[in-house]
Amino acid sequence: MPETLVFAMEVFLNGLMAGVLYALVALGFVLIYKASGIFNYAQGVMALFSAMTLVGIMNGQVPFAHLINATFGTDLHYFGWNVPALLAILLTVVVMIGLAWAVNQIIFRHLVNQEPIILFMATIGLAYFLEGFGDIMWGADIKKLDVGLPQGINEAIDEATFQIFDYGFFIDNLDIVATIIAAALVFALIVFAQYSKQGRAMRAVADDHQAALSVGISLNFIWVMVWSLAGFVALVAGIMWGTKSGVQFSLSLIALKALPVLMLGGFTSIPGAIVGGLIIGVGEKLFEFCFGIGQCFGGFINLGGATELWFAYVLALIFLVFRPQGLFGEKIIERV
Amino acid sequence: MLDAAKTQETLLEVNNIEVIYNHVILVLKGVSLNVPKGGITALLGGNGAGKTTTLKAISNLLKSERGEVTKGTINYRGSRVQDLLPSDLVKMGVIQVMEGRHCFEHLTVEENLLTGAYTRGSSRGEIDADLEKVYTYFPRLKERRKSQAGYTSGGEQQMCAIGRALMSRPETILLDEPSMGLAPQLVEEIFNIVKSLNEKEGATFLLAEQNTNVALRFAQYGYILESGRVVMDGPAKELRENPDVKEFYLGMSDEGRKSFRDVRSYRRRKRWLS
Repeated sequence: MPETLVFAMEVFLNGLMAGVLYALVALGFVLIYKASGIFNYAQGVMALFSAMTLVGIMNGQVPFAHLINATFGTDLHYFGWNVPALLAILLTVVVMIGLAWAVNQIIFRHLVNQEPIILFMATIGLAYFLEGFGDIMWGADIKKLDVGLPQGINEAIDEATFQIFDYGFFIDNLDIVATIIAAALVFALIVFAQYSKQGRAMRAVADDHQAALSVGISLNFIWVMVWSLAGFVALVAGIMWGTKSGVQFSLSLIALKALPVLMLGGFTSIPGAIVGGLIIGVGEKLFEFCFGIGQCFGGFINLGGATELWFAYVLALIFLVFRPQGLFGEKIIERV
Repeated sequence: MLDAAKTQETLLEVNNIEVIYNHVILVLKGVSLNVPKGGITALLGGNGAGKTTTLKAISNLLKSERGEVTKGTINYRGSRVQDLLPSDLVKMGVIQVMEGRHCFEHLTVEENLLTGAYTRGSSRGEIDADLEKVYTYFPRLKERRKSQAGYTSGGEQQMCAIGRALMSRPETILLDEPSMGLAPQLVEEIFNIVKSLNEKEGATFLLAEQNTNVALRFAQYGYILESGRVVMDGPAKELRENPDVKEFYLGMSDEGRKSFRDVRSYRRRKRWLS
């Protein structure tokens, strides 16, 4: 087997894994968009905030420590205990549900029946607020997150591929775990949205607020539920990315990578988020490999690298021109 | 004139309500009406007369449109319902079928119907039985059960909206302009279903309609709204015979059909009330 092909296969697999992580972030967007027509700009910051909260709780950090110290002249930093990972995750889920409730009570309850652009602006405000709030609460330093997920090269795959191709593939254990968790999450979410009573109500609310009210669906309940779900997905994404590259501000920027994923998959489709994520993940890795650093076709095209930075956006642009609703997005139903 | 209504138990009582949108726009200027149990009561009037607003005031959907009942009371079975949520009213048995259908476009017809049972804590079996019942009233919906509601015809969407309301097992249905945008034949079909629901299931209807002719044929009692006031009410039969109603709403008069301009000036001279 030619060496390039073997390398390309490894790149492909790594692309799939990266795609899963993109898809995880995109999922949070889809959930909120489906149920309330809100494009939640704050999804990335929610992932950051949830990861920060998780680290803070695990390390027994005192929330708002700097604020308290500056106001009262005390010197508090840590409670001095460590919370086990699982309990800390549960507590973080509670915090995210609280956040969902507060966001609905303070902002979106008052914006029923408003234009989408107004709702969108509100989420931009929320993003900046949450970013600052997270920093005040837990400090702006880069934190290490370790909830006990396996990390490092997967020996078994390395061995097996070495036997076959005479070249061991490097696949991170964390990526494998992320894939499994993402798959389970997506499966659960699809079943919930399609077959449960609350899921059906969620889709009904997405279609028509007024009609949903008229059949007795409580918008407030559905929205709090959806923001909580999005918060939960954000937490999962935050754990994965945080474990991979540390909990820091740049974590919130992965939301920008989710945008092209959404355009590809369609803003309203849960499977679309997954397929879109995989296409972007694989596409940008393979493109970089083939044309970015010129490994295919004898270096026929060599763009000199760093194509990963823009590939996804260009692909999204092409999709916007030819299929604006995305691969799996709901067709815009218009009756004359 | 209210004698006919008084002999029956009054379910819904609206007393002199005033509705203001956005804190400034006065839409209803004192509307009162009674809906007797087991009857079909019609609420008639032209565009902007306040029919929809009256229905939304009752079902409490006004708040999400920044409207507010500022005066008067609304009682259902004798208890005040103004401060309840729409979902509370649905649980009490009052549900509104909104003007313009408002089906959930991306849900299938069957899923639309199932959302109607949202407030019920019933078992799956009971809900399935009700679903079958709705399908016997609207056989067309059964044929289209798996298609997305947004792709069904206007008449089917209207049936879907009514069927969805039925799934909540309502006592009173506030039906807002079911004839809108439908062919006369379909209007007839839908009104016949409303009538049989009224007779067989004992459902009470408050019906807002612009199509005075059809509405007065099926209703027992009617109220006529004009610019946010009730200007006339009476048993449907009497209203149908009333020369003013004939002239303004049914387009008939003794001197033959007048031009629109004549009617307008005549109407200015001869106000019914206020």
